Amino acid sequence: MRNKLPLLSIPYVVWMALFVVAPIIMVVIYAFSSAAGGFTLANFARMGTYTVVFTRSFKLALIATAICLLVGYPVSYMMSKEGPRFQRIAMVLIMLPMWMNFLLRTYSWMAILENNGLLNQLFQKIGLISLYNNIFGTDLTFFRMINTQGAVVLGMVYNYLPFMILPIYSVIVKLDHSLIEAARDLGANSFNVFRRVILPLSLPGVLSGITMVFVPSVSTFAISKMLGGGTEMLLGDLIEQQYMGGAYNPQLGAAISLVMMVIVVVCMWVMNRFGEGEEQAVMM
Amino acid sequence: MSKELIRLRDVCMAFDDELVLDHLNLYFNDKEFLTLLGPSGCGKTTTLRIIGGFVTPTSGDVLFDGVRINDVPPYQRQINTVFQKYALFPHLNVYENIAFGLRMQRRPDPNDPTGKRKVKIPEEEIDQRVMEMLEVISLKGFEHRKPDALSGGQQQRVAIARALVNKPKVLLLDEPLAALDLKLRKDMQIELKRIQQQVGITFIYVTHDQEEALTMSDTIVVMDKGTIQQIGTPEDIYNEPKNAFVADFIGESNIIDGVMLQDNLVQMYGKKFPCLDGGFAENEPVDVVIRPEDIDIVPVEQGQLTGVVTSVTFKGMQYDIIVDFKGFKWLIQTTDHCPEGSRIGIKIDPDGIHVMKKSQYSGMFGDYSSFSEEYDELDDASLELDEEESGDEE
Repeated sequence: MRNKLPLLSIPYVVWMALFVVAPIIMVVIYAFSSAAGGFTLANFARMGTYTVVFTRSFKLALIATAICLLVGYPVSYMMSKEGPRFQRIAMVLIMLPMWMNFLLRTYSWMAILENNGLLNQLFQKIGLISLYNNIFGTDLTFFRMINTQGAVVLGMVYNYLPFMILPIYSVIVKLDHSLIEAARDLGANSFNVFRRVILPLSLPGVLSGITMVFVPSVSTFAISKMLGGGTEMLLGDLIEQQYMGGAYNPQLGAAISLVMMVIVVVCMWVMNRFGEGEEQAVMM
Repeated sequence: MSKELIRLRDVCMAFDDELVLDHLNLYFNDKEFLTLLGPSGCGKTTTLRIIGGFVTPTSGDVLFDGVRINDVPPYQRQINTVFQKYALFPHLNVYENIAFGLRMQRRPDPNDPTGKRKVKIPEEEIDQRVMEMLEVISLKGFEHRKPDALSGGQQQRVAIARALVNKPKVLLLDEPLAALDLKLRKDMQIELKRIQQQVGITFIYVTHDQEEALTMSDTIVVMDKGTIQQIGTPEDIYNEPKNAFVADFIGESNIIDGVMLQDNLVQMYGKKFPCLDGGFAENEPVDVVIRPEDIDIVPVEQGQLTGVVTSVTFKGMQYDIIVDFKGFKWLIQTTDHCPEGSRIGIKIDPDGIHVMKKSQYSGMFGDYSSFSEEYDELDDASLELDEEESGDEE
């Protein structure tokens, strides 16, 4: 029995082969092909041109992931200490935005951040802008928020924060309470209970949270397009251009995708190695 | 035994208006092996958790060396706990698990004359003390293993070492052997007793297993429904149970209605039996306990009582037979084979008869009419325990 491929797994295997393995193989083939169809490394040779985009993408994704972690961990921790009723309500509130369409959510942020958007109107009303002008001797009529890197990071954090909170929360809430009691019994104060027991034991959740926020952040294109106004081009935008835009070049697009994929996989591998000492390897 | 170390004074504990401990008064002596024994939900685990500092009693005082410690957090008490499911830190190896408490400790700096500065315990001392402990629990060479690479018995011993390395004055053990199989449990009972004598501190042990309690304890406290039923040495508890509950809970007992005619003479089934008990009112109704092994089987004509054997079970060392005496069924343990349906006589020596005052438990125990059911209950006790005990920890 053990060595036979269970019959029930066949649909999934077929699915994987058709929609995961085959596309990746195609990406690889395209990346090493010229427009005429022959083998070439030219696509990779052009990669240097896009170093700026690469570094910007990784920088913004890292910042967004770090903010998600700094915000998400305390939230998860607090949540796990509350009663079951509070936990259920908090869980719904965290999931609520995800029930709305992704584009709709991001459009809303445009309306909020625009030069004459909701926030700027509010700032005008309460006199924050004139106060700023008085202090710094400037002559602003609005704060520039949309079309900045900050807005892009904000969009990433807003959209992907639940992916940080959920895995961390589910690990912490399942921690055996007697471990915490044992630590207290052995002389650990609250800080040491957290630092020596809860934190190391929640690391698997942290690692999968980081993965689940970082990967979509680094490859996003809608957020940067809408909140970055096209001025802050990211890898996702660059790849999209090669397929949908005027610069139609699927071979280059495939090459960029491949490089990005390799970098992400290496990052995740290093991180998992780092975390291995603590717990079993985390999902990628 | 020596001086008093811990005292619970009039301690009450209520969870959601349900009284779990009812005006408990109890003291624990230094260097004593004391067992809190009782069925699930009797309040024994709650008592332990109050001493450990994990819950604060609703009312009453907890005194340690004469000082009230109700509000002292667990990490400031000179008490350590061995938890029911060990609660070893899964991310730390055996060495680090044992060293955990030492790494948490701060003590006055010997080089600081004001004595205010606190320092960590130096690494060499930690190493030495951990190694010493590994020796005590015979697990040298296992220091780099993670807890999940240890057997249940080994984990158990690490949990004990992790608590003992801090040199506590008291070690609390909450059903520490419940998860082990029978053979290992017997070995660990002896091992625990040895460790307790070696380190020479107070062990407070919680269990629902009467045999475990009898084997290891200096003192047994039998509890039920949040109150203490009896305190005494294992011999006292077994030989002189105070009421029907204790008699039934510790070992097997036939409990029969009787009347105390005068000192040293009790009447059962309308017949007079000499006994060793006294101090009752004349003609006071009493419960009489007769242990199944204290009954001699004799020919019918010589018997103080005669009855009919209704069932025979072979138990290896003896037969458990059920004998019907005028509708009340007794359990008798004997090495003689008496066939089912035969009529036998019995004789009971005066020291085999234990007379107890009537209590709220009278009439609830001690009849073996539903023998098999009662036996099943005994077997199930360990299964029930896990759920119910953890229930009252919330």
